[in-house]
Amino acid sequence: MDLVANLSQGFAVALTWSTLLLAVSGCFAGTIIGSLPGLGPSNGVAILIPLAFSLGLDATEVLVLMTSVYYGAMYGGRISSILLNIPGDEPALMTTLDGYPMAKQGRASDALVLSGVSSFVGAFLATIGLMLLAPLLARVAYLFGPAEYFALYLLAFCTLGGLASRNQIKAALASAAGLGIAMIGLDNQTGLPRLTFGELALMDGVDFLVAIVGLFAVSEIFIFIESHGKDTAIGVKLEKITIPVKDIVNSGLTMLRGTLIGFVAGILPGAGASLGSFLAYMGEKTLAKDGDTFGTGNPKGVAAPEAGNNAAAGGALVPMLTLGVPGSGTTAVLLAVLLTLNITPGPLLFEERPEVVWGLIASLLIANIVLLVMNVPMVRLFVKVLSVPPYVLLPGIAMIAFGGIYSLSGSSHDLILMVIFGLVGYFCRKLGVPTVPIILGILLGNNMEDNLRRAMIISDGDWTYLFSSGISIGLWAAAIGGFVAPLFLRNLLKKPKAPSQ
Amino acid sequence: MKADRIFGLGVIVIATFYLYHATLIPMGFLSDPVGSRTFPYIIGGVSLLCGILICIFTDTITNWPELKVYGKIGIAILAMYLFAITLRPYGFIVPSAIVAVILSYLISPNIKKAVITGLSLSIGLFLILNYGLGLGLYAFG
Repeated sequence: MDLVANLSQGFAVALTWSTLLLAVSGCFAGTIIGSLPGLGPSNGVAILIPLAFSLGLDATEVLVLMTSVYYGAMYGGRISSILLNIPGDEPALMTTLDGYPMAKQGRASDALVLSGVSSFVGAFLATIGLMLLAPLLARVAYLFGPAEYFALYLLAFCTLGGLASRNQIKAALASAAGLGIAMIGLDNQTGLPRLTFGELALMDGVDFLVAIVGLFAVSEIFIFIESHGKDTAIGVKLEKITIPVKDIVNSGLTMLRGTLIGFVAGILPGAGASLGSFLAYMGEKTLAKDGDTFGTGNPKGVAAPEAGNNAAAGGALVPMLTLGVPGSGTTAVLLAVLLTLNITPGPLLFEERPEVVWGLIASLLIANIVLLVMNVPMVRLFVKVLSVPPYVLLPGIAMIAFGGIYSLSGSSHDLILMVIFGLVGYFCRKLGVPTVPIILGILLGNNMEDNLRRAMIISDGDWTYLFSSGISIGLWAAAIGGFVAPLFLRNLLKKPKAPSQ
Repeated sequence: MKADRIFGLGVIVIATFYLYHATLIPMGFLSDPVGSRTFPYIIGGVSLLCGILICIFTDTITNWPELKVYGKIGIAILAMYLFAITLRPYGFIVPSAIVAVILSYLISPNIKKAVITGLSLSIGLFLILNYGLGLGLYAFG
């Protein structure tokens, strides 16, 4: 069987000491990053990218490290949701709804263990789903020509803008801004400079790592300066950790349903983990017999969104690896990692670099087990981390970000550009403009344009070629639907407010 | 609402500027049917439209910070800018200590804590980044 052979090849890569060590340290760093409020997975991965490159690791190792951080952050997000009623990252928002009430009832450790187990179920099953589905999708991806890819990129922007943001216009603007920035630099086809305004430093274009770290990490510093770091660091007492067997057994079906919903939501380009956890929670609230007690500390209300968001994290890797279209903010950052490593995601990746794909999948399976161990018996350690005060944390993040970016390019130009992006990110957040589409635009802009131009070369300038195949028509329809439908579903998709402290 | 109007106008100005510069893109002599300018035109056009729509359908519900906060953010930006240009000539430790002290003080105004944080962060991170991760920074230029 193909799968077994591939998987054993993957484990051969993943089970070396150095890879294992990277997976473990990635999981550890990731859980810390996830649990710290204000430092989400995309943020964390972004800051660590320059460091990972400077370690001189090979492609598989960098990927293993980064995806371990990603999975770890998804696990860690729940810790501050439950203990502080502050989501450690956006997808963990839904976990506050029942997690914090549970903690208030003195069941904090039960909630932590249960959510840890749910995270494991969601992430582990999603990784298996990734393993089964990705090769199939990679085969379908062979049918994609430039016109289809162009439509697919459009779909990613539309669903991201439609589902993940409050305001379609601002999301569209964010995508356009990102694409516009991507145009800066040398034209791929003519080799002539475009929109460089005569600046030599812009000839290479804008480095997406600089943009990512600026928009995500540096802007966070400004946000904290504004809030004085009010939101964090409360002494949390945690009772002895026991395994709430009854809750886990009772929530078994909940976890499985949450996993399925989350996984599907994760695969949709642009939807991501926040939508996964939201749909899993709302679905379970409708389905469960005791659904009306959701929001008052029902263990199922903790299990569903945690299984959902971790499954979505795995699901989001499917389109990223097979089509090169990220399903969420963090997978967009992971795509940046791949591109920097000169790995082009897509069907050919499965043929030409199977050791990368299967090594990654095998290490994700291992990482999940490591994370289960870290997040259940060792959860106390991460609770301690929560007490690092923001006035230490934020300057630390700034210095790591600066040091990392500087070590990559050695140019103060990039550092200044990063600060500018930080300021842009700050105002974007204040104005309600989502920043993930900007990143996606910078990442995908040149590919999107190249595919458009290639399509037009094939068709000799006939624009109807863009709609000439069944796949592309379907993608265009989905793109328009994904962008427009949320306008009407707004009330349905409205997020319930987190309970007040 | 006012913020969105200003923002929308800003977007319109930038989009127009972008479109103008897109008209200056040199065309290659071996051009494809789409050419170097079309995609920037589309992007500029979409942005311009968004700017206009933002002016019409304003929705801001943000609470803008008081003026003092902008002052603080201004100081933070200045500090980071100075860090960016002094990192090469003066090495990592001194500039990063100064910036970390400033940022720490801006987040929590306690000078003693800020100085301790700044010094330990700059030295600690230098050791970790340089010897732990092999980043190759210079200590003192």
